Amino acid sequence: MNDQDAKPGQDIDVAYVARLARLQLSDEEVATFQGQLGDIVEYIRKISELDLSDIEPTSHAHPVHNVTRKDGVREGLAHEEVMANAPSSRDGQFIVPKIVE
Amino acid sequence: MTSNASFENRLPTVTEAVKQLVAGTCTSESLVEQVLAEIRTRDDALNAYRTVDESSALEQARAADIARQEGRQGRMLGVPVAIKDVLNVQGQTCTCGSKILESYVAPYDATAVAKLREEGAVFVGRTNMDEFAMGSSSENSAYGVVRNPHQHDCVPGGSSGGAAAAVAAGEAICGLGTDTGGSVRQPAAFCGCVGLKPSYGRVSRYGLTAFASSLDQVGTLTRSVRDAALLLGIMSGVDSMDSTSLDEPVPDYTAGLKEDLSGFKIGVPQEYFTSGIDPEVENAVRMAIENCAKIGAEIREISLPHTEYSVAVYCVIATAEASANLARFDGVRYGIRDEDADDPVEMYRRTRAQGFGAEVKRRIILGTYVLSSGYHDAYYLSAQKVRTLIRRDFETAFDECDALLTPCTPTPAYRFGEKVDDPLQMYLGDLFTVTANLAGICGITLPCGYTGGGLPIGLQVLGPAFKEENILRVAHAYEQTAAVGKS
Repeated sequence: MNDQDAKPGQDIDVAYVARLARLQLSDEEVATFQGQLGDIVEYIRKISELDLSDIEPTSHAHPVHNVTRKDGVREGLAHEEVMANAPSSRDGQFIVPKIVE
Repeated sequence: MTSNASFENRLPTVTEAVKQLVAGTCTSESLVEQVLAEIRTRDDALNAYRTVDESSALEQARAADIARQEGRQGRMLGVPVAIKDVLNVQGQTCTCGSKILESYVAPYDATAVAKLREEGAVFVGRTNMDEFAMGSSSENSAYGVVRNPHQHDCVPGGSSGGAAAAVAAGEAICGLGTDTGGSVRQPAAFCGCVGLKPSYGRVSRYGLTAFASSLDQVGTLTRSVRDAALLLGIMSGVDSMDSTSLDEPVPDYTAGLKEDLSGFKIGVPQEYFTSGIDPEVENAVRMAIENCAKIGAEIREISLPHTEYSVAVYCVIATAEASANLARFDGVRYGIRDEDADDPVEMYRRTRAQGFGAEVKRRIILGTYVLSSGYHDAYYLSAQKVRTLIRRDFETAFDECDALLTPCTPTPAYRFGEKVDDPLQMYLGDLFTVTANLAGICGITLPCGYTGGGLPIGLQVLGPAFKEENILRVAHAYEQTAAVGKS
């Protein structure tokens, strides 16, 4: 697995990660965050001091799984109420920039 | 300078207000008018509230008074409450302290809010906060910083800094906050009020705008432990709208409050008295522990050996979850939108650039990084494994203890600007509070003294998951000794 080969602390490439996160950054922001996040990533490397080979991960504080409820019909929010927060809409639909030429 | 030289809290506690309302010695309308008058007097300086809706609050209050005359009961009937701006209240804006949601109006009530509404609470206004609850100083709000009522050049803590400052200063009788890594307890400690973070799953998170879904929990800011117990009893319980809320019985938390701690075993974790701790904080907390021993508690030194890793684990897990949760803010369905972009991806990128502040951007980037291909196992999976070790530390401790006593924060409130440009230092200040979120246990903080400079010091009581009655009992019993000491 590729993940196993990665060494923690390899420099975070802020400009690249920001693109993955759909976040436009100015050059100043990239420079500032690069320094700050570099320090934080360096600090996080502490975790690698520990032997974690036999430890199960915790994704959730309490062991509950597959919570289900009765599949009953119930009232949802009215269409107009949901659309009321839309920055741009027409005929009950969200308007977005053109996706297909 | 004495602790209360700068201001006097003129509002009643929730318990006192309920008593007066039931006895008919005050009305909800007069109570709400009093709260509004205090806000008008003080909030220009503190900026604890983001919005106050005077006419709606008075209307709700008059309706509560009429309901009472007609014989309606309700544990909060006519009592005004302040809500952190991250919890949805139907018909009110819910900005989460962010520009990206400046126009968002909540179409429904959060479950915690709905439960208070069922008991007759009046919703006065929404309190200021760090953007999307990311911060420890309330300096990250898009709507201006909140000031510490004890010293206006100091931070109130965060992210529920507005709610804590409002309750401490007497601009609110009680408030709801949220706590992902200490965001209720730490500002309560900095401002000198009571902050309760229930166990994960105790209170429904439905209608709480998610920051880190496996850590977030709704909590309370009050002036007394009894008030916290009362609010917790109302808000607790399973909710079909939040599959992580647990179906555990809800005890009568106020009935469990007693004045002594005989038979109670209380652990003091040595890792919470590290070299970085402020000596005034350590002294006050050590004295509080002695007071608990005097009223019957059996005190024992214990160890939580993985404490030093908790901030690193928190940084990974909280930001990873945040980067996923905040992906929804893209300018399509709600909030602001950049109108100049030609294609959707460009619109997302520009909208998010304009809508989010620096701290939120930093955390989204860090969270995206630790989840990204090639780094997931090294950071995210490893952090989840260390989370297991931290959880086990507490399980071992609670095998022999009913509760733990620690400082809530390593230092008292600091000045504006002191840490805002050094995010790592800011995160390290949360060392004593993030552990409870990672382990899913409950915690409460309450005042245990003041520094020579007049800033409050917070004592933290931690308890096993779903044993809120333990921490409330310890906190209440200690609170009574402190009250006796004061007079």
